[in-house]
Amino acid sequence: MNYPLHLAILVLLWGYIYTSWALMGRLGLVSFGHGAFMGIGAYTVVMLWNHFGLSPWLGGLVALAFTALVALLIGYPCFRFRIVGHYFALVTLALSEVARLVIVALRDQTGGSLGATPESALREGATMSLGALQFSSKEIWLVVVAAFWLGGLAVWRALDRSMGRLALQAISEEEEAAASVGIHVTRAKLRITLVSALMTCAGGILYAQYQLYVNPDTVAGIAISLQMVFGVIAGGMFVMLGPTVGAAFTLLLAEGLRLAWGNRFPALDSTIYGLMLVLFIIYMPKGILGAALDALRRR
Amino acid sequence: MDIFDVFLLEAIVNGLLLGGLLALLSLGLNLIFGVIDVVWICYAELIMCGMYTVYYLYVQYHWPLALAMLAAIALVALLGFALHQFVIRPVLSAEPINQLLVTGGMLFFLQAAATLAFGIEFRNLGVTLPSVRVGEMSFSAARLLAFTLALAGVVGLWLFLRKTYLGTAIRAISQDRAIMPLMGVSPARIFGITSALGGALAGLAACLLVLQYDVHPAIGLSFGPIVFLICVLGGLGNLFGGFVAAFVFAQFIAVGGFFFHLEWGYVLAFVFFIVVMFWRPQGILGR
Repeated sequence: MNYPLHLAILVLLWGYIYTSWALMGRLGLVSFGHGAFMGIGAYTVVMLWNHFGLSPWLGGLVALAFTALVALLIGYPCFRFRIVGHYFALVTLALSEVARLVIVALRDQTGGSLGATPESALREGATMSLGALQFSSKEIWLVVVAAFWLGGLAVWRALDRSMGRLALQAISEEEEAAASVGIHVTRAKLRITLVSALMTCAGGILYAQYQLYVNPDTVAGIAISLQMVFGVIAGGMFVMLGPTVGAAFTLLLAEGLRLAWGNRFPALDSTIYGLMLVLFIIYMPKGILGAALDALRRR
Repeated sequence: MDIFDVFLLEAIVNGLLLGGLLALLSLGLNLIFGVIDVVWICYAELIMCGMYTVYYLYVQYHWPLALAMLAAIALVALLGFALHQFVIRPVLSAEPINQLLVTGGMLFFLQAAATLAFGIEFRNLGVTLPSVRVGEMSFSAARLLAFTLALAGVVGLWLFLRKTYLGTAIRAISQDRAIMPLMGVSPARIFGITSALGGALAGLAACLLVLQYDVHPAIGLSFGPIVFLICVLGGLGNLFGGFVAAFVFAQFIAVGGFFFHLEWGYVLAFVFFIVVMFWRPQGILGR
């Protein structure tokens, strides 16, 4: 048990997932449905492995294809029929509940609310199985997760420098005007949604393989979708490292309070966190990192 | 399958009763949206606060049930007012999505604070209302009561909005926020009153829910999403639309749950919602 390493892995993994969400969120597409994409990633891989013995490498491809299909099925009509702002948020909210409820309803296959554990491929002292994507060494996980995290930041950077970002920013400010200067609104939005959803799905796969446990309430549904949204808001939506700062902040707050008081006050961290979120949105809408950078610049 | 299957009929009637409960749940949220143009994501958590109030006053402090319920309604009305004053007002001129998010933060806060204060145990009021038998079918009296109160709530609210000066002012504000100060109506005051009224409706819903379900800190998540979707489906802010949508949703849940599993009923209802959104984004009876 290597506690600091475990924390580092979780920070980078959630940092990666939050970054994926923020790719859309910072351009005005506030999705409450990313829990669905994470859940699809986690559950498709685990179910294919447990029931058919399909390697997570192939299962991952299936999960990504499935995610792409769902993202298109939801995204295309939303963007085509101009469902924006909080209507978009509520439609995607329905999506994440559908994902959670389907997992619970298929309890004969998925184990329902009790969750599921991928069957272990580590037999007789083996410490890793590349085919089953299971490693008992935390160092390997740190490298894997860090690679994905860096990849996520690279996507953010590439998007920042592309014409696509300018187009999307124009769309988020004035959709009709953007369309009138020749921006294909639906296509631009669909592209970023697809990228964001696929990255979140990959995050779900990593989460399932690292924790070796999946549960409909912790990988799908409204709770996890809100967790992503608020993690990003706390850290800062408009700067590259903001989502990662959000992930680090929430995790360290929870762990710090747990170390200070043990388990005597089980929800103290979420209570403080919830209160801080409200204050952040009112007084510090750019988040921790955004506000810190602003303060530095002003000096 | 026989068309006149008595159990199917029972499912349909139960769906109708569930519809009444959902209609009552969505009433306050819809009113707030129609007037202030803000979606309270934490609305279900306000209801949870009301349920805990009834539970503690009745079970721990042995208040009479009716008095405990009145206290709960008053407390949640106060909560609604405070929510508007301290949380919504500062972001009223910010982007609409910030208003949605700030109440989402309140959802986290209320849920966690309830866990901290009351623990995660499921708490039961210990009051069972008898079930009503009609022929071979049986229905819960609590649901009949909820259904009746929902109807009374809608009619009462309608009369209030149509027949009183305050109601007229509320409707006027919801139509044109900018011009009403010129007519001598203060929007800030009307918003405060509307928030308290929305809170009181949440408190009323809490009194009926606590008769049927155990209260626990995460209970808001189990019906919160349905309530938002009902309001959107009916056309946000449209009280009558929300009323109709509640019954449509309830039938999906009850009859879908009758043929398959309960969860599939919910899945059907949510998928139906998504499809309707694509067809009519402004809701089935949108303005």
